[in-house]
This record gives sequence, structure tokens and C-alpha cells, in this order.
Amino acid sequence: MARASHPLTQSVQRSASHAVNGVAADQQAALLLGGYHSSPIGDALVAAALDSIADARSADARSADARSADSQAASDEVSADDQAGRLFRRLLASDRTGRLILGLSLPLIVLLAWQLSSSFGWLPDQILPAPALVWQTLQERIADGSLWGDTSISLLRVLRGFALGAAAGLVLGGTMAASRRLHDYLNPLFLAVSQVPTLGWVPLLILLIGIDEGLKNTLVALSVFIPVTLGTYQGIRDVPHAYREVGAVFTFSSTQMLRTIVLPAAVPAIFTGLREGLSNGWQTLVAVELLASTEGLGYQMAYGRQLFQLELVIAGMLVIGLIGFAFDFLLGRIENHLQRWKVAA
Amino acid sequence: MSAQAATSRGIRLWRAVALPLVLLAAWEASSHSGLVDPHLLPPLEDVVARAWNEGRNGDLLTALSASLGRDLAGFVLGAAAGTAAGLLLGFSRFAENLLGPTLRVHRQIALFAWVPLIAVWFGAGEPGKIAFIALAAFQPGLINIWRGVQEIPQRYRELAAVLTFGRLDFLRFVAIPAMLPAIFTGLKAALIYAWQATIGAELFMTIAPGIGGVMMQGRQLFQMDLVLLTILLLGLVGAGFNTLAGLSETLLLRRRLS
Repeated sequence: MARASHPLTQSVQRSASHAVNGVAADQQAALLLGGYHSSPIGDALVAAALDSIADARSADARSADARSADSQAASDEVSADDQAGRLFRRLLASDRTGRLILGLSLPLIVLLAWQLSSSFGWLPDQILPAPALVWQTLQERIADGSLWGDTSISLLRVLRGFALGAAAGLVLGGTMAASRRLHDYLNPLFLAVSQVPTLGWVPLLILLIGIDEGLKNTLVALSVFIPVTLGTYQGIRDVPHAYREVGAVFTFSSTQMLRTIVLPAAVPAIFTGLREGLSNGWQTLVAVELLASTEGLGYQMAYGRQLFQLELVIAGMLVIGLIGFAFDFLLGRIENHLQRWKVAA
Repeated sequence: MSAQAATSRGIRLWRAVALPLVLLAAWEASSHSGLVDPHLLPPLEDVVARAWNEGRNGDLLTALSASLGRDLAGFVLGAAAGTAAGLLLGFSRFAENLLGPTLRVHRQIALFAWVPLIAVWFGAGEPGKIAFIALAAFQPGLINIWRGVQEIPQRYRELAAVLTFGRLDFLRFVAIPAMLPAIFTGLKAALIYAWQATIGAELFMTIAPGIGGVMMQGRQLFQMDLVLLTILLLGLVGAGFNTLAGLSETLLLRRRLS
């Protein structure tokens, strides 16, 4: 507390209180500075603050003079224009509807520019097909069922790969968290495998297992496996020791311990892993379908690209984005549900 | 507990190499005993010999440096754009409301779904590849730095407000030091995404000098030793990036603390 009498601190306090005109703020500033002043970064802060306060003071004085001169003239004509402008700004800045309007305005502008470009023929359809064409393609593909066919194939593939990879990841992560010895044996190899970009395995796996379903399942599973293993391992390892001690006091059996203590506490990290895994798996599946497939959403896009029918490509991207969004939303909901004990605490 | 903690370095090292050694031995045994077609699993010494040859004639290194150059170009472009956008969205409520929702939706579209569109717009040659890599590096930079700004502790902001800091001083003395860890997380993720995308771009777009091209060539010619070598190389580069990111982070963060 001897810091408080430092001359520099005192002068900053005086300036700060002048700047904000309030006793409470003065005390707050003193408290805050007491904490910050003891470090080099605090000194820099104080020095910079002195400068900026001096600037602010002289600016204040100048603007006060100007204001008193202007106010007479201005007060007569607070026009409707001005009010509308203020309302508009408020809408944009904080209001809920304002945020919605702003957030939608960018996509709408892009859509408008897209529409304009196709109406005026700025870009050929092979480079940028008209929005109406994309919409029509989507409708046709929904009507003849081919969109649903491709989507269900891709969804089934990703779910199969996800189930495989997540199961393996949960087992390996749990094993490494449970036994230090097994962790020492397994982790280096796991780390080495995880350094290779998933797509880097494609040529090897094509040679080993061909380009059929096995390839897709393996690659999706691999890309899910890595984040799930990491999440599970970290989640279980980082369960606070105190929680386990509580369980020990209650002489919980190991199943009870797992169900009531370890798993609930590890859920957030495990779910982070699962979520990242599903998003990785979806990415990987799209990539593999683009590269080596004869059906599925990715294949349709590769096909559209070859025929220069970009409406197929863009329609595919929309569906892929929608599914990615749905996956994220779904796992987020499940995670919240499993974490409700935390909210109650 | 103490027995575990006291596990000596030697034992841990042994445990680390035990499983890889067993696998290598099984590999060697199966390819020599004829259990597995040596085309599918060439003996270790063949792979080593191949590595030696490739190292001597320099082909593999040329390909690697072509890939790394592409990766770096895309990373710099994407990470710079991502950082700038992240700062803008973090500090400007208006920009966040305007761009945030669109960028969040954009994130849901799987990265590789952009390949066909980018290939048509930018061409499947070098510009298309670099644009794709930049796109991959953009998102992690954006998200982490955006979040980093949001997570600047409220009391730091209050202090800056009490001291009537200008924007520049706030940035210099408060925001950047507080955000450094987030910036590093973002750049590290961008580096890894960019590397993934480099391999993807080389596999998807036109064949060009690079590791991806070598892999495809190895696959088409059924040269398993070459394919295995390239995977090893990819892993080494990935590990190198991780080490590099970790090192620079500790260095810079240490400076911040001192």
C-alpha cells in the first residue's frame, strides 16, 4: 500500500478523477492502479495514461467553448432527419432486430450483386450461374429424389465412419487416461500418426484397400479418431482430484466412480473432441468423395465441376453447409443436456 | 503416485519406442516371409534405400520445397486476412453485427467443398491452389483472434477507460499483450490447416511439382516405398510446424512476462 503515495500514482489519480468526475471512479482508479503499478507494464500504462489525460483535458476545454457557442443555434433545429439517424444507429448497434437486419444485410447484398451480375451478363454461367438456376437445380434434384439419394449416402458414410472413429477414440483416450504405463507406450505412436494430414493417407490407403467404401470409412474414422482420443484423454485426466476423493470417501465402486464422477466431469472435453471429430469427419468425407467416389454429395460436385455446371456445385455446397450446421447444432444441444448438472451448481 | 512420477527417463524412452519397434519388426518379418505381398509392404531396407536415392538426386527435396513455398504463400495471405478480420470484428460492434453471422455460416461449409468453385474461379493451377490454402488459413485466424479480443478481461478495459486511453494506446498496452496467447493459438491452427489444404490442393487440382504430386505418382506406378516415404515426410513437416509454433510461443510469451 506504500505504492499509493508514489507521486506519479497520485498525479494519475488526480487526473483520472478529473477526467471522469466522480468519487467512486476515483476510488476505482486508485484500486486499479495499485494493482497495476507494481509491474513494468503498469509503469508504461501510467506514463501513457498521463499523456492521454493531458490531451483529453485540453480537448475538453476546447470543445466546451465551442459547444456553448453552437448550442444556441443548433437547439432550434433538431430536425426529424437527425432523430431518424439516431434511431437508425441505435437499431444497428444494439437492438435485437437491428442486429438481425445488419446480419442479414450482407448475405442480401451478396445475393443482389450475384443476381445483378447474372441479369447483366457480367460473368458467364460457367463461372457464376444465376441464383435462379441454382434454386431451380435444387428444386429439380429434390423433386426427382436424387438430392436425397446423394445426401443419404453421404450421411450414412459419415455416420459409419464417425461411429467407428469415435468408439476407437473413446477406448484409446480412456485407456491412456486410466494407465500411465499404457499412455507411455501408446502416446508416441498416436502423436506420430496424428501429425500426418488425413488426406496424406489417401494414396497409401487406395493401394492397400482400394477406392470402395472401405477407403471412405477408414479415412473418416481416422479423422474422427484423433480429436476424440485427445478430448477423452484430456477430459478424464483433468478430472479434479478432489472429485475422486469425494468418491473414495463414499467408497464408490469403480463403476459408480466412473458413472457419477469421472464421466460427468469429463463430458465437456469429450464433447469438444466429438464435435471436432464430427466436423473433421464431414470435411474428410466431402474431400474423399470429391477425389474418389461414384456417388454422394462430393461426387455430384466433382461431376458438376467437370461439366462446368456450377449450379450443381453451388447447390452441393449449400447442402453441405446445412448439414455441417445441423451437426454442430445437434451436438451442441446434446452437450448442453449432458452438462445440466453444471448449471445447477 | 510417487512410484509413477519417479518413472525414470530411460524407462519412458523405452516405452515410447517399444511399440513402433514391434510394428517395424512385424513389418520386416511379414515382408520377408512372404506372408504379405512385398508390393504392398516393401521390406524396410528397400524404403531406406529409396530414401537414400531420393535424398541424393534431390527430387523429393525439390517437391517438398515447392509444397512448402505454396503452403507459406497461402498461409501468409490467409492468416493476415484472418487476423485483420478478427481484429475488426473484435473491436467494432458494427462490423461484428454486419459480418459475424455470415462468417459463422461460412465456417459450416466444409473446406474442401470450396475446391470445385475455387478451381473454376481461380484456375486449377498455382493461383487456385494458393487461394484454397489461404481460405483454409483464414478461418482459424479469424475465429481465435475474434474470440481473443472478446476475452480481454473486463477490468483491463475498465482501467483503460478510466485512464482515457486512445485506441492506439489501448491496443498497444492492453489489447495486444492480453491477446497474445489467442493470436498464437490462431496462427498455429492456421499453420496446420494450411498444411492440410496444401496436400488437398495438390491432390485435387492439376498435378504440379510438390509432395502431393509425388504421392499420386507413387500410387499410379504402385511404388509403395515412395508413398511411404512421402507420408513420413508429411508427418515430419507437421511435427516441425508444431515444434516451431510451440517454440516461438514460449519465446514471445516469456518476453511478455519479463
